[in-house]
Amino acid sequence: MPRLGPPVSDGAEGPEDDKPDDDAFQGEPSGPSREDVVLDRIEAFRRRRPRLLEEAVNSAHGAGGKASAALIDAVFLEAFRNDTLAPMADGALLPLPSGERLAFSTDSFVVKPLRFPGGSIGHLAVHGTVNDVAMMGAVPQWISAAFVLEEGFPIAELREIVADMAEAASAAGVQIVTGDTKVVNKGAADGVYITTAGVGLIPAGVELGADKVRPGDKVIVSGRIGDHGVAVMLARGELGISADVESDTAALAELVQVLLAAAPSTRWLRDPTRGGVATVCNELAKSSELHVSLDEAALPVQNAVNGACEILGIDALYVANEGKFVAVVPADEADAAVAALRAHPLGEKAAVIGEIREEPPGIVIINTVFGGTRIVDMLVGDPLPRIC
Amino acid sequence: MKFVDEYRDPAAARVAIAEITALGGDDHLKFMEVCGGHTHTIYKHGIENVLPESIELVHGPGCPVCVIPMGRVDDGIAIAETPGVIFTSFGDMMRVPGSNGNLLEAKARGADVRMVYSPLDALRIARDNPDRQVVFFAIGFETTAPSTAVTLLKAREAGIMNFSVFGNHVLIVPPLRAILDSPDLRLNGFIGPGHVSTVIGNRPYRFVPAEYGLPLVTAGFEPLDILQAIVMLLRQLREGRCEVENQYARAVRDEGNLKALAILREVFEVRPHFEWRGLGFISQSALKLTEAFAPWDAELRFSVPGVRVADPKACQCGEVLKGVIKPWDCKVFGTACTPETPIGTCMVSSEGACAAYYNYGRFTKTTAARIPVRSA
Repeated sequence: MPRLGPPVSDGAEGPEDDKPDDDAFQGEPSGPSREDVVLDRIEAFRRRRPRLLEEAVNSAHGAGGKASAALIDAVFLEAFRNDTLAPMADGALLPLPSGERLAFSTDSFVVKPLRFPGGSIGHLAVHGTVNDVAMMGAVPQWISAAFVLEEGFPIAELREIVADMAEAASAAGVQIVTGDTKVVNKGAADGVYITTAGVGLIPAGVELGADKVRPGDKVIVSGRIGDHGVAVMLARGELGISADVESDTAALAELVQVLLAAAPSTRWLRDPTRGGVATVCNELAKSSELHVSLDEAALPVQNAVNGACEILGIDALYVANEGKFVAVVPADEADAAVAALRAHPLGEKAAVIGEIREEPPGIVIINTVFGGTRIVDMLVGDPLPRIC
Repeated sequence: MKFVDEYRDPAAARVAIAEITALGGDDHLKFMEVCGGHTHTIYKHGIENVLPESIELVHGPGCPVCVIPMGRVDDGIAIAETPGVIFTSFGDMMRVPGSNGNLLEAKARGADVRMVYSPLDALRIARDNPDRQVVFFAIGFETTAPSTAVTLLKAREAGIMNFSVFGNHVLIVPPLRAILDSPDLRLNGFIGPGHVSTVIGNRPYRFVPAEYGLPLVTAGFEPLDILQAIVMLLRQLREGRCEVENQYARAVRDEGNLKALAILREVFEVRPHFEWRGLGFISQSALKLTEAFAPWDAELRFSVPGVRVADPKACQCGEVLKGVIKPWDCKVFGTACTPETPIGTCMVSSEGACAAYYNYGRFTKTTAARIPVRSA
């Protein structure tokens, strides 16, 4: 008969233990149960600013989830604190003396491999910034492009990437008007890193923000989710899996204007890049202090992506997209919005995937195909596949 | 058959739930699922809130990541930080805390730590990097042990000597006994582990009804599998039967996978004892490489601290793992111990009961009454 070791815990207090005395709940016929107390404490905890405990940057800080939020909050927001930065939307909204509003955004691109089915780092570099500006409701017009090149990187490859950028910019109706080039030692830049920034004017009357969102509004996604992340993961060739999945990288400026024309009262837009749809919905729930209720059956996912995610134990909701947006529109404009999106090549699979409710605030819950529910939490680290 | 869709069919679920409700009646019944994959499925699909209130699912120690003690993680990190080593590991292990951080943090400090999906990937890395030492952090029950064994056989066949295995495979039956021997537990049956059973078969579980008088039904990983296993358990209780049954017949044979078992016997032998996080030392509960495979044994090739590190005093993982307390009963659950700052491994792995509850389940208790569940 196997022997067990001595009991591990003697019930000593943890470092942050501020719980009420356990005995108070013994045999209490009414009043909060122990579980309710703990759940309340967790909710209060979640509302606190994310804490940064690490002393060195690790890969989780780049994944777009809780660790990223903690790093940004504790290091960058702390130092740069100002009202324009505070909303932490996809870009900054700059009021010009003329009364017009400018949207300004920046993004860095470090994807590996540089080229993958559906595109390259060049496409991402242009689309990424164009889309961030478009998420503010603006029409992107001008982009900057800064390159950090690794010594030894073939110029022929660089030309291909730059050609992709030119093609993407032209298709998106933007011009690359300024830039910079640096070269670093071999081993320091994975070939090439690209940083782009972009500006565009926000048309009068377009007012987007989490504060505009109301209970009863519908949550729409512009197409199938998970394509980009899965395509890049498979392209790394480390897994014994191959599938016909291409990155969805695309410029969304035109699609956004299609949406705004059909649904002029659109409340909020965000593109679900790193961290996926789950992350942007959590950002929405948190900043609007409302509840986001998603419907699993309504999520558009292509079979190959679904299959790859199942095998790897990854949830498509957390996988990056580079050519999609999530929009919140009033209920009475939702059908028109979806119809208009579906009429556009980039929005063929657009769908209503959920709605906004009053309660429970600040969190996202999904109704499973099976008839149950589960919380869709913020990503903690990088999506790690399960082992068995 | 796409498998994913058919086994998640809501109409079939409704039929199963109706039968569970009819068979269960008013009795408060507790079934334990031992497999981390089952915990994950139950939470991912929200199964607990489609079951009648009277059926309670208790989550047991079936997560092999969760049971690796801190001292072994420290040993792994020590190997990873040895100059020239490429340390490969499954993703789940990367965030498990040792006494001085986890593998991900070691990687950030400069150790060459790489995530792999299979030990064969690690062997390939060894083949591609002949001037480096490649170590594979082997974890898992009898489920994953055969793939480690196959990899070692291939390494020997190909003469790849710069590859070694840091072995932490554990066996499923000893912790099952430990739970059954625990005085605090009142269970009515077990949902038996799925994948481990594809290797070992159903026969090793016969001691459960025979010695402890509890039924056990081996189940698959789709939500319908879990519901059907519960139906089968309830039928046993109502009909006065007590035996091992196989719901996962499409993947599990009673005798198991004889070829895999033969390979296991060739490559591994049972350690006299092994420390389990939260459960202490259990004898005959883990595997180590046989003498013949000593050249590929990382514990012999590298010097590791081998220090037994006590779990933090506040950690109650042991009780959670045994199903004695629920995650929210743990004094540090949700405060000092969260998915971002895990104290114990129940919180690190997505299959750990605490992580599953924190990430997926904590809403359902408080607001299930307010939010209408889709009508079944």
